[in-house]
Amino acid sequence: MTDLTSLTLAEARDQLKSRAISSRDLTTAHLDAIERGKGLNAYVTVTAEKALSMAEASDARLAKGEGGPLQGLPIGIKDLYATEGVHTQACSHILDGFKPTYESTVTANLWRDGAVMLGKLNMDEFAMGSSNETSFYGPVASPWLPPNWSREQARAALADAGKRGLLAPGGSSGGSSAAVAAHLCLAATASDTGGSIRQPAAFTGIVGIKPTYGRCSRWGMVAFASSLDQAGPLARTVRDAAIMLRSMAGPDPKDSTCSTEPVPDYEAAVGRSVKGLTIGVPKEYRLDGMNPEIETLWAKGAEWLRAAGANIVEVSLPHTRHALPAYYIVAPAEASSNLARYDGVRYGLREPSADIVDLYEKTRARGFGAEVRRRLMIGTYVLSAGYYDAYYLRAQKIRTLIKRDFEVAFQNGVDAILTPATPSAAFAIGEKVSADPVEMYLNDVFTVTVNMAGLPGLVTPAGLSADGLPLGLQLIGRPFDEETLFALGETIEQAAGRLTPPEPWWA
Amino acid sequence: MSVDLAAVRRIAHLARIGVSEAETPHLQDEINAILKFVEALNEVDVEGVEPMTSVTPMRLPMRDDVVTDGEIAGKVLANAPLTEDGFFLVPKVIE
Repeated sequence: MTDLTSLTLAEARDQLKSRAISSRDLTTAHLDAIERGKGLNAYVTVTAEKALSMAEASDARLAKGEGGPLQGLPIGIKDLYATEGVHTQACSHILDGFKPTYESTVTANLWRDGAVMLGKLNMDEFAMGSSNETSFYGPVASPWLPPNWSREQARAALADAGKRGLLAPGGSSGGSSAAVAAHLCLAATASDTGGSIRQPAAFTGIVGIKPTYGRCSRWGMVAFASSLDQAGPLARTVRDAAIMLRSMAGPDPKDSTCSTEPVPDYEAAVGRSVKGLTIGVPKEYRLDGMNPEIETLWAKGAEWLRAAGANIVEVSLPHTRHALPAYYIVAPAEASSNLARYDGVRYGLREPSADIVDLYEKTRARGFGAEVRRRLMIGTYVLSAGYYDAYYLRAQKIRTLIKRDFEVAFQNGVDAILTPATPSAAFAIGEKVSADPVEMYLNDVFTVTVNMAGLPGLVTPAGLSADGLPLGLQLIGRPFDEETLFALGETIEQAAGRLTPPEPWWA
Repeated sequence: MSVDLAAVRRIAHLARIGVSEAETPHLQDEINAILKFVEALNEVDVEGVEPMTSVTPMRLPMRDDVVTDGEIAGKVLANAPLTEDGFFLVPKVIE
């Protein structure tokens, strides 16, 4: 029997439907893979019993020729989605013991369509990070081997909780990306505020899409920066990502920013011709001192699309370089407001004190990690009296300009924009935990503009670096035109081929 | 702009995050590094530009003004660290 974890989501779906395999066997194979891959630290909780009962219910439905679009398919859920009665902490200490009494809309949609929950996936604390190193539950190791490392060397590093020297799977959705790349689930939910779906996808050689702001409901997602946060999937193929997004997306009266636009059949767009599409290549993304490998890959991506019949044109997005600084005002400001709810009174950690303010301060000092504390303080500062206009209001005006840049490009006939996904391939765990937090922030330089403008962005693997590590390209689309991104993404996937990490050295 | 140690203590208190004297200088450095990073925004001409209030052009939806949930005190309190008689328990706040 072939290993059931080697199937793509679409293949598994088709084989379940034809009754060639059962959801029980498929789910058991994944639970076994999770157990063997524990060292990667991708999961913070495994819901084996729940998974098996969902699988059995799925098999019963499939046997009757019934079942939803995801019936019987085992997936992983990022720890920031509220799942009823199951560990939901956004990998923060401050949410210790929190088990929601409700289900997020996105996960409810996935269960409605028949998906099977394997467990909750590791992430940077409150999604603040680009390497999964800020998680209270420790770092996650990528299934890709560091350059010139032997399997034995990597296994030894894996045994250590710090996992130093192994590759970061990106962040904040690092548990999701590692689990998908290592075949510990067929696909996973993730979320993206400044690049947290797309950068991990690029680092681990998989596909991720942050849809248009409002495409998925944010209800029941632990909030970071509400005007930027958006749910999306990580998967091993463009088709799999399309299947996942169709189920995750959709209107929700419980989120007033959630769109009522009907959800198209994204899978139908996979394989659609890209002939005649106009693809913009923004000159401002060609940064000074850019990694030549990234530049070559980007040119190759444009060449693949041109060969498929698309027209490549240069476009200008003049405010690009202001996006990241503006983001580091807007996102912390919103976070400082959203995270005010963690007060030691209503849920999670509580540091006892006879004085209420002291209780708040002690609880929040102990419950939040260093990166979260830092961002909350920045956010508090830029919203405080006397600084609001200089920082927050100014950043929101710049956000208008960033969005306008894209609108001009689209009005000039551009159907989508092609950019690199990240400035480099994956770095090692421990490599960037330096004194200067800004160095880590620069990871999001190509992705953050998309959140600031509320647009959809898809990252697909496009090749390997000279060191043998995955590199990705990003496609940015018009609002609610995810279909064009899936069509273009498939073209790149077909040209570049899928990237597969080394044989399971971690198991 | 940069912050001094007194400002760091003030911000921490506003954010209700306890900060020890020993960590204050380190926090000051980190906050100032970020403030320096965002300084580049001062060169942008924002004259006459509206600040963004909604990233997608949409009208805030209205719904009927009716009660849609409630009567779930047990669920609301289920995750509280300390409760008594159906209430959250906090230290005495009024003398």
